[in-house]
Amino acid sequence: MNVRGFFSAALSALIFPAVLSGCGQSGSGSDLIRVGIINNDPNESGYRTANVNDLKKTFTKENGYDADFKYSMKNDEQIAFAQKFIQDEVDYLLLSAADTAGWDTVLQDAKTAGVKVILFDRIIDAPDDLYEASIVSDMVKEGETAVEWLKNQKLDQYEIIHIQGHLGSAAQKGRSEALEKTAKELGWTIVTQQSADWSTETAQQIVQASIDAKKQFNVIYAENDDMAKGAAAALDKANISHGVGKDVIIMGFDCNKWALEKLLAQEWNYDGQCNPFQSGYLDDTIKKLENGETLKEKTIYLDEKGFDAATITQADVEKYGIGS
Amino acid sequence: MNTPSSAAAQDSLFTRLRRHQILIPLAALLLLALFNLIIDPSFFSISLRPNNEGVLLLSGNLISILDYGSELAILALGMTLVTAASGGQDISVGALIAISGSITLRILSGAQSDAMILPAFLITCAAAMLFGAFNGSLVAFFRIQPMIATLILFTAGRSVAAWINHNEQPFVSSERFPYFGGYLPGIPVPTPLFIALFCFLVTWLLLKFTNLGLYVQAVGINEKASRLNGLNPAWIKLSAFVLLGLCAGVAGFIKVSRTASINYSVIANNIEMDAILAVALGGNSLSGGKFNIGASVLGAYVIQFLTTTLFTLNVQSDSVSAYKAVVVIILVVCSAPTVREKLAALLKKRRAPKQAGQSA
Repeated sequence: MNVRGFFSAALSALIFPAVLSGCGQSGSGSDLIRVGIINNDPNESGYRTANVNDLKKTFTKENGYDADFKYSMKNDEQIAFAQKFIQDEVDYLLLSAADTAGWDTVLQDAKTAGVKVILFDRIIDAPDDLYEASIVSDMVKEGETAVEWLKNQKLDQYEIIHIQGHLGSAAQKGRSEALEKTAKELGWTIVTQQSADWSTETAQQIVQASIDAKKQFNVIYAENDDMAKGAAAALDKANISHGVGKDVIIMGFDCNKWALEKLLAQEWNYDGQCNPFQSGYLDDTIKKLENGETLKEKTIYLDEKGFDAATITQADVEKYGIGS
Repeated sequence: MNTPSSAAAQDSLFTRLRRHQILIPLAALLLLALFNLIIDPSFFSISLRPNNEGVLLLSGNLISILDYGSELAILALGMTLVTAASGGQDISVGALIAISGSITLRILSGAQSDAMILPAFLITCAAAMLFGAFNGSLVAFFRIQPMIATLILFTAGRSVAAWINHNEQPFVSSERFPYFGGYLPGIPVPTPLFIALFCFLVTWLLLKFTNLGLYVQAVGINEKASRLNGLNPAWIKLSAFVLLGLCAGVAGFIKVSRTASINYSVIANNIEMDAILAVALGGNSLSGGKFNIGASVLGAYVIQFLTTTLFTLNVQSDSVSAYKAVVVIILVVCSAPTVREKLAALLKKRRAPKQAGQSA
C-alpha cells in the first residue's frame, strides 16, 4: 500500500503541471453558475458510476451550470484539484473526499476566496463553518432500517452470520454498529463475524468455513451485495435453501440491479439502499443558496429505502437498481 | 547389511531432507495441521454432500483449502521463476488478474454459445502474456528494478480492467463457464484443483525436460557469468515474466469463473503479496538463483490453510490480519537461510558426539 501511495504521489507530480496548463479556457462572462466537482474515480464501483452519471446529467449548460469534473481516489490529488478550482474562482466547489483528513487549509482558502463548498457522499474532519452543507448517506440509519426489518421477521431465534465490509470504512462502521447494538439488546447470536473486504469470493470462503464447522445459522447479514452473492453461492453448494420462506435469510446492501433481481426472484430477502442519486439534492441546495435562503440544516441526509423481497416490484428494480 | 552402512544411509537421507528446502513449507503445513487437530479434529472431516441441484460434491475444510488456494498456487509457479531469474518480484499480478478476468467476461458476455469459452480462454492467456512481456521487457531490456517496473501495471491495471468492460458488470449466460471455477458435471472435486495440478505438472515437465530451469538459475545467480557461457539473460528474464503473465491469465480466468462476475477494485486484492509470500515460505532466495517450484506451491497452500483456519476459529475480524502477521513472521523467520544454517549447524553439533559414540 505504501508503495502505491508513493507512486501516486510521484505520478501526480508529473500530471499536475499538465492539468494546470490544460484548463485555462475558463472565465467566460456568461451567467452560468460555475461549479467545480471533485469526485472519486467512477471506476471505483457501480455505485460510484451511478453517482457520477447522475451528477453529469444534472450539471449541464441547459440546467444553468458550467461544471468541471475531476476524479481521483487519492486525497492529495483531490486537494490539488480543489486548489486549482479555487484559483479559477468557481462559484461552488462540490466535494466527495477520498479521505476525511487534510482538508482544513484548502477549505479555508476557499472560504477566503468566496468559493462556497458543499460536501456530498462523504464527510470530512473539518470545522463545519468551512462548508455550506453536506449531503450524505446515514450509514447507521441504513443499518438500523435493515435491522428493524430483520426484527419484524419475528424469527424464533436469530443466529446470524455477519459479513463485514472493509473495516474502518463508513459503510462498514454504520452497518455493523446497528446490527451489533440490536443483537446485544435482543440476545441475537452472531455465529460468525468476519470482514470479507467487500469481496464476493472471501465472503464465500467465510460462509463455507462456517458450514464446514457445522455452525447453525438462519440469517446472513452481508454489508454489500457482492458479499451477499458470495454467501449465497456457499449456501447453494451445501444445499442450504435461502430466500423467502426458506431456511436462511439473505440480506445485502447497495441495491445493485442484479441484486434487486435476486429479491424479485425470492432468492434473497432484503436489500438496503445506499443512494447514489445525489445531484437533485445538490441542485436544490445550490438554488437555495443562490436565492439567498439560509439552509435549515447543515447536514442533509439522503432518503434511503430498504427493499423487501415480499413487496418489491419490477418497477422498483428499474428505478432504484444500480448498473445495467 | 551391517550397521555402519545403514547408519550412513540414514545420515545421508537426513542431510538430504535437511538440505531440501521443501521441508520448510512442509513443516509449516504440519504445524498448522497439528494445531487444528488439537483445537478441533473435525476440521479435517470430508463428506460427500449434495448441492442445491442434487449433485454430490466433496466438502470440508481440506477441500476448501485446495479449492481456494488454486489461483495462488498457480501464481506462485510463475512468481518463483520471475524471482529466480530477475532477483525481484512482480507486484502487478493482482492487477493483471483483474485485466484477464475482465477480458474473459468481455468476450463471453457478447457470446451466445459455449463455443466461445475456449477462444475466450486463449485470448485471455495471450493478452496476459503480452502484459507479462511488457513487464519483462522493462526489466530485461531497460534494466529497471522488477518492483518499480511492475508498479506501472500495479497502478494502472485495475483502471484498465474497468475500462475493458466500460466499467459495467458484464452478464454471462453461458452454462458451462462456471465449470472452471466450480465443478465439472459428475466430478465431485473442484475444477480449480485440477487446473492447478495441470499447471504444476506442465511447469515441472518444462523444467525437467528443458534447460529452462538451469538457465533461469544461472542468470539469477550470476548474470555476467551466464552471458559469458553463451546464455542470453535478457531473453530468459523476459520468458520468466511471460510465463508469470500466463499464470496470472489462468488465475484470472478461474477467478471470474467462480462467480461469473467481477469487481474491478476488489478482485484478487493483495494477491501479489501472498504470491511473494508463498515464494518466501517455500524457502526460495528472494534475491534470485536457486529455486524449487514445489516448495512455492506448498507455501501457497500454507497461506490458504492459515486463512481458512482463521475463518474457522472465527477470531475477531479486526484482529485477523494481526494473527496472520504473527504466524507469517514466525514462518518467514524460520525459513530464512541464516536461521536454517544456524539450526542445521546446531543439529550437526548435537548429532556428532552421538555418532562418535555409536561407531566406537
